[in-house]
Amino acid sequence: MTRRGIRWLVAIGLIVIAAFAPSVHAAEPTTLRVFAAASLDAPLRELARAFEQSEPGVRVRFNLAGSQQLAAQLQQGAQADVFATADERWMAFADSLGLLVGAPRVFAHNSLTVIVPRTNPGRIARLQDLARPGLKLVLAASAVPVGQYAREMLVDLGAEPGFPPDYARRVLANLVSEEENVRAVVNKVQLGEADAGVVYVSDVTPVLRRYVKELPIPASANAVATYPVAIVRGTRATALANRFVALLLSTKGQTILSRHRMLPATSEQP
Amino acid sequence: MNGIHGARRSTRPGWLALTVVPALVLLLLPIAAVYLRLDVRTVLAKLAEPEIVDALKLSLITSILATVVVIVLGTPLAYLLATRRFRGRRWLEALVDLPMVLPPTVAGFALLMAFGRAGLAGGALGAFGVSLPFTTAAVIVAQAFMAAPFYVSAARAGFQGVDVRLLEAAASLGADERSRFVRVMVPLAAPALAAGATMTFARALGEFGATITFAGNLPGSTRTLPLAVYVALQSDLDAALVLSALLLAVSFALLLSLRGALSRPVWMGSDAPR
Repeated sequence: MTRRGIRWLVAIGLIVIAAFAPSVHAAEPTTLRVFAAASLDAPLRELARAFEQSEPGVRVRFNLAGSQQLAAQLQQGAQADVFATADERWMAFADSLGLLVGAPRVFAHNSLTVIVPRTNPGRIARLQDLARPGLKLVLAASAVPVGQYAREMLVDLGAEPGFPPDYARRVLANLVSEEENVRAVVNKVQLGEADAGVVYVSDVTPVLRRYVKELPIPASANAVATYPVAIVRGTRATALANRFVALLLSTKGQTILSRHRMLPATSEQP
Repeated sequence: MNGIHGARRSTRPGWLALTVVPALVLLLLPIAAVYLRLDVRTVLAKLAEPEIVDALKLSLITSILATVVVIVLGTPLAYLLATRRFRGRRWLEALVDLPMVLPPTVAGFALLMAFGRAGLAGGALGAFGVSLPFTTAAVIVAQAFMAAPFYVSAARAGFQGVDVRLLEAAASLGADERSRFVRVMVPLAAPALAAGATMTFARALGEFGATITFAGNLPGSTRTLPLAVYVALQSDLDAALVLSALLLAVSFALLLSLRGALSRPVWMGSDAPR
């Protein structure tokens, strides 16, 4: 290689290094990376808009997936600032691996509902019908919070009057797919491919209601989902992340969540 | 096949070797990373787990059946493309190749829109009492859809490579098109057909996105090996590791066997262009 060529190579190398090197005096980041349970999609997007309005120049970016998947991503070294799950199991898992800063705080609750397509191909009129053999039931996998809640709910329903004691077993015999998050369950029912699915009340938006009908679950058997939030260790946006969590817990944040049919955090203390 | 090698000139092997190092690192490091983490005891323990055995069995059966489906449906198509000139041929060729570049999730969604219970052909299928989504049959449809281009393009190239003079000779001896196809085309194109079928099988074995979208995900009926890896990644990393190692090994062996078969001189008859 000629001397001139080497000089060019060195120059290009320096430019590349300069472009990728973190600046020494890093300012407060302007992007907040939020890893959130798939069921938080609509409410958190609205909340993020409010947050971005109060923090000029700040952008909130979401990674929405099943809580179990987000926890696995964090475990594998994914970079995030805020972590919000749909149950305490995966938050505790992340905490046990030392991935969090400070104690997680519960910011919302949710309850379950059964949805069937408007065309109701399975002719499901009441919850007892879910045990009829041959139905196509779609649930989230039991690693997914909503999948675990749904299975608990089915067991609890078996103890209710008017339900057979082996209700859960008979319903689960109709399971045709274990989805990786609640949105995938919603989609399968919305498309009319599944006869029924168990999702969160907050998933049944006005738009979805055009495609599906709800079968309410009695409160005595309905599992209550708990949503904790925490700051992720290693974040460079600690102050920003703290303000986001504060907004989540504020009256304004709670109002937005309740608009999406989620339950306030305070319902934990009776 | 020897043309490129014949043109090889004496380069400085040191420099050439140096320039391929980044590519090799990129290709080899992920594979090495999987195998270096394995230990024999975990492998044996995981391979005995019923969920993994189920996924393995399901993957083998569905991939074999998908390959059969592709051969049956794809051979006439490949023959047509190899032997006929007609309007819209380019369109048909592009259409046949489309699944190769399509994101598998898009393919799965499109399959759902077409063959789902509420899909375009769903009513017609339903009249026969058939409902595809969430069944093993749906897995096979998804795999066949995604893997077909590999067979069709290999088969078309194979048919095109058959020496026209042999076909003319057969015709002059009174062989009609059907017997020319069966007795000249297929035997001479056999290595290409086998190679295409092998690629199709390998692609079907690795199919993920279309399967999970169209067929769902249930152990024993629709959870194939790639889906099992995906599930295990969220709960059981050891299982994910073992399954990944298994899929890597099988896929590599299939590709390697393909090289062996193709390097044999029978490839396209002795008159094949060099």
